[in-house]
Amino acid sequence: MKKKTKIITRIILFLVAVIQLFPLYWMITFSLKGNQEIFGGNILGFPQQWLWENYRSVFAETNVLRYMVNSIIVTGLTIFFTLLLASMATYAIVRLKWKLSRAVNMIFMMGMMLSMHGVLLPLFINLKPLLDTYWSLVLPYVAFNLPLAILILVGTLEQLPRELEEAAFIDGASIYRIFYTIILPLLAPILSTVAILTFLSAWNEMMLAVTFINSDSVKTITVGIMELVGEYSTNWGQLGAGLVIATVPIFIIYIALSDNVQKSLAIGAIKG
Amino acid sequence: MEKALRSKKAICFFIFPALLWFLAIVMVPVLQSTYYSFLDWDGFTQAKWVGLANYKEMFQNDLFWLAIGNTLVLSAGSVFIQLPLAMILALVLASGVRGERFYRTVYFVPVLVSSTVISQLWIKVYHPRYGMLNTLLDMLHLEQFKHEWLADTSTALMAVLIPMVWQYIGYHMLLFYSAAKSVSPDIIEAAKVDGANKVQTAVQVVMPQIIPMIRASTIFAVIGSLKSFDLVYILTNGGPLHVTEVPTLQMYTDIFSNRDYGSASSIAVFLIIECLLLTLLVQKLFSKIEKRF
Repeated sequence: MKKKTKIITRIILFLVAVIQLFPLYWMITFSLKGNQEIFGGNILGFPQQWLWENYRSVFAETNVLRYMVNSIIVTGLTIFFTLLLASMATYAIVRLKWKLSRAVNMIFMMGMMLSMHGVLLPLFINLKPLLDTYWSLVLPYVAFNLPLAILILVGTLEQLPRELEEAAFIDGASIYRIFYTIILPLLAPILSTVAILTFLSAWNEMMLAVTFINSDSVKTITVGIMELVGEYSTNWGQLGAGLVIATVPIFIIYIALSDNVQKSLAIGAIKG
Repeated sequence: MEKALRSKKAICFFIFPALLWFLAIVMVPVLQSTYYSFLDWDGFTQAKWVGLANYKEMFQNDLFWLAIGNTLVLSAGSVFIQLPLAMILALVLASGVRGERFYRTVYFVPVLVSSTVISQLWIKVYHPRYGMLNTLLDMLHLEQFKHEWLADTSTALMAVLIPMVWQYIGYHMLLFYSAAKSVSPDIIEAAKVDGANKVQTAVQVVMPQIIPMIRASTIFAVIGSLKSFDLVYILTNGGPLHVTEVPTLQMYTDIFSNRDYGSASSIAVFLIIECLLLTLLVQKLFSKIEKRF
């Protein structure tokens, strides 16, 4: 009896794994096929001929590389400013002594419950001069990532001992120097967690990206895919190749940092 | 040192960049949304103050209620289908099986794929002739179940729900899993000594310990569904015949097609309040549950 349940559990776990991976496996197979093969009936199987040509033509005919670079720039700037501003604010809230620090922390925490949907129109109006530039995305992405970042960092810094800072003060270091040489290194491990959370939310964001950006030279990959769809609407192979190309960078990061990514998400949720 | 920590200059230097950035991009626009929701305005001509007229119109609009109903269906689907499945997987994995790490990693993979890719992929999955789903049904000789999934009014909403459940099940699984893993081994050991089997241990010992995580997951699932946009926008754009309409999409159409800024803002304000109220409701429900354990 015990053995039976064990086998059934195994089978279920395996089936779920197949369900989770099969659509992605299928995406990779059709990215290597031509329409002829798909319409000829080989819909789910391995490609008979591996058409790497699909990938080559996506790179040659579309701006997919440009979109990728744009996504990296937007995500990079978002991570940089989120980490910098959140650590500075955290230092002020946890270590510096002023009356309103609790109140300011509360203001940030209210942001945890707000989403970009609620402010799409005002942002569209306020950011008009910046529309179609990286900043029209970076400004909101940073702002909406700050609350969670500050929540996590405040929780961490509160737990850290003050001895190092006190010693540095006695040695005559200024407050700015202490922030840079002591606080930032102390927060480094948790900053990597915040960076991963910020990366995922900025890399995948769609609503603002499709609304605020028009020029091909600024489009991020999430919007770029919509472009590919227009171009290759009936061309399964090339569209599939585009989808795979857009997904690869995330996967590389996941494979490299898998445990760290998983841990980060758990931390983000517990705090949230 | 005391003096340095009270220095006004330092305090401003450290707090102002984040605070001003946040106020300007998040808090001020929330107030603007509220203000716009009382206006009749197209963005070009003179705005006219109309009081609560936009809200009145919104509440009298059947499509709006249909959209709210749809997000509630999606919420219910997430909470009552996705979360229990995720819980079962998490408890099984956390109880220690061979391949624990492998399965954990695999289940999580779809979470990482961006929603535009997921949507385009599922459009292909649902393709009536060459799609994965109908092809599989053919292979299993279940032809009678074949559908034009996204174009059929009876299946479209479900066809939107399925990729959502599929994509985020691994996310919730991971949250439950890491919570279950942090339950003290002593408690689990004690249950074993008392003669509890694995299932009893998981349900009666581990689950009550991870209620805070279940609460967080429930809030994520509910809020995420209430403001769902990406998948609906690409998969169906609210169609066919509005059966997959959601409020965010109506707001989007009001802004960029109808140029009815007042009406769009009343939807935005409604969404903000709705998310707030449901978060509080879920928290209240869970504090009741917590008291019972």
